[in-house]
Amino acid sequence: MRLYSRRDALKLSLAGAGVIGSVTAARALVEITVTGGDFEPLPIAVPAFSSLDPVLGEDVRRVVTDNLRRSGLFIPLDPSTYPVQRGDVNVTPEFAGWRNITADALVMGQVEREGNLIRANIRLWDVIAGQQVFGQTYATDQSNWRRIAHIVSDAIYSSLTGEGGYFDSRVVYVAESGPKANRTKRLAMMDSDGANVRYLTDGRALVLTPRYSPNNQMLSYMSYVEGNPQVYLLNIGTGVQQRIGQFGTMTFAPRFSPDGQRLAFSVESAGNTNLYLMGLGGGQPAQLTNSAAIDTAPSFSPDGSRIAFESDRGGSQQIYVMGSGGGGAQRISFGDGSYSTPVWSPIGDLIAFTKQYDGQFHIGTMRPDGSNERVLVSSYHNEGPTWAPNGRVLMFFRDLGGNDGPRLHSVDVWGRNEQVINTETFASDPTWSALLG
Amino acid sequence: MSSTAQPSAILKAMLMVALLAFTAACARTKDAGVGNLGPGQVAPGTQQEFLVTIGDRVFFETDSSSLTAEAQATLGKQAVWLNRYPQYSVQIEGHADERGTREYNIALSARRASAVVNFLVSQGVASQRISSKAYGKERPVAVCNDISCWSQNRRAVTVLGGR
Repeated sequence: MRLYSRRDALKLSLAGAGVIGSVTAARALVEITVTGGDFEPLPIAVPAFSSLDPVLGEDVRRVVTDNLRRSGLFIPLDPSTYPVQRGDVNVTPEFAGWRNITADALVMGQVEREGNLIRANIRLWDVIAGQQVFGQTYATDQSNWRRIAHIVSDAIYSSLTGEGGYFDSRVVYVAESGPKANRTKRLAMMDSDGANVRYLTDGRALVLTPRYSPNNQMLSYMSYVEGNPQVYLLNIGTGVQQRIGQFGTMTFAPRFSPDGQRLAFSVESAGNTNLYLMGLGGGQPAQLTNSAAIDTAPSFSPDGSRIAFESDRGGSQQIYVMGSGGGGAQRISFGDGSYSTPVWSPIGDLIAFTKQYDGQFHIGTMRPDGSNERVLVSSYHNEGPTWAPNGRVLMFFRDLGGNDGPRLHSVDVWGRNEQVINTETFASDPTWSALLG
Repeated sequence: MSSTAQPSAILKAMLMVALLAFTAACARTKDAGVGNLGPGQVAPGTQQEFLVTIGDRVFFETDSSSLTAEAQATLGKQAVWLNRYPQYSVQIEGHADERGTREYNIALSARRASAVVNFLVSQGVASQRISSKAYGKERPVAVCNDISCWSQNRRAVTVLGGR
């Protein structure tokens, strides 16, 4: 696996702009292939955004800077060294001064309130080539100024890395409080950077494993509200919760199909757990697996044609892939230990998983055919990966055990840049939305 | 401030006394030792008898839902007791330890509950009296980072109800 190096990325964006001379110059620069710790984040300068509301300008600039830093692919440079303190989107920068402070890229911004909107004019400059990478205007509703910062961050990230963005997205997770033997669990929603937390359920019923629908409007999750656990749907906008039906003794481990029209989940009956697929328009679910084993944690390929799931049919938990109509399951995990919670990347190239081996819990990835297994993080307990919309960052939860509780962490697919996402309660079972768009 | 502090201090003292009395009462019960109660000292057919002389739970090996010889012995006694007192219904609660992932543990705890249900039915307990519920790793009884806790949490508990 290879990440666009900073030089590559700049070269690519330049090639897109058709600046032949600069492409040649960029080729002469060192190319860096990411194979671990030898990647050098790209130094970027983000001077103050001009604005009639300097507080708003600084708020947006700060969130953009924090996002870029947190991605691990950028190093925002210290503003006190900048040759110009306040950016001007209408002026071509004096590149020599920015090169002097070793900035490879430069963001100039202007943010203004306009009626009910916040509008941001942004120019991204390639300092080395002395060329504009893009100049764009973005607008969002005034009620959520952070979104404009996330949208701008995505534009910068995307144009310099060649990957999709992921900042303008949300994460739903299970907020945990109370003693470990009797935890209260609520569904909570936050921005991808941990801001704007709100609680979606009140904690009276135990809720687990929320999963976002592809259009970000629904969640499916498991609740003990009516005694035996069942799969529910929650309309995030209206707050209406609805059980999908009553099948077997209990239903659990839901996951939406990529078209949002169907739900795969486990049905347990007399100790036996099989996978089912149900149209959300109604009707009876179709049985996908029929074994005496535990078949659970289904996850669709992005084209909807296949389902990855975990099963202990071979004696220990392993990952299998089958057609989304059921049948023909092939085991794909063959390393040491047991494997569970497979989650297909939204861009299709990898399946993330939880692995138990040697007394530890690991988060890793493998290709859909099971090759190229890679462990990204290891500790006493890591579990439940979920993909960022660009398929380049994973979030999961880590529990140090004892009376402590779980926390959300993120790591990129290269195993770099592990981060804690600060939440006001213990947190587990994250599910990452698609881009809000 | 000081005028409100006065009664609150008195209240605190009273609470302390009450608490002491309560602890003393507990201590006395404990001294008698619930485990030392002979037959007849617990009223027959009560929940207390079920808990004390029969045992309400059985334990499992890691990732297993097989009933050990010890578990079968306990469940055999449960079945005899339940057959003697048909007024009780039971719910079998299946549990898993924390050393597994969420979905698998839910399924595993359902399988454990089911193994207990099947055993009780095989010993003559009417299946209509028995329900089950799977808790996965959500309700541990022991909290620590080693096998001493995990082994207590891998359990199925027979909860009496519906007298």
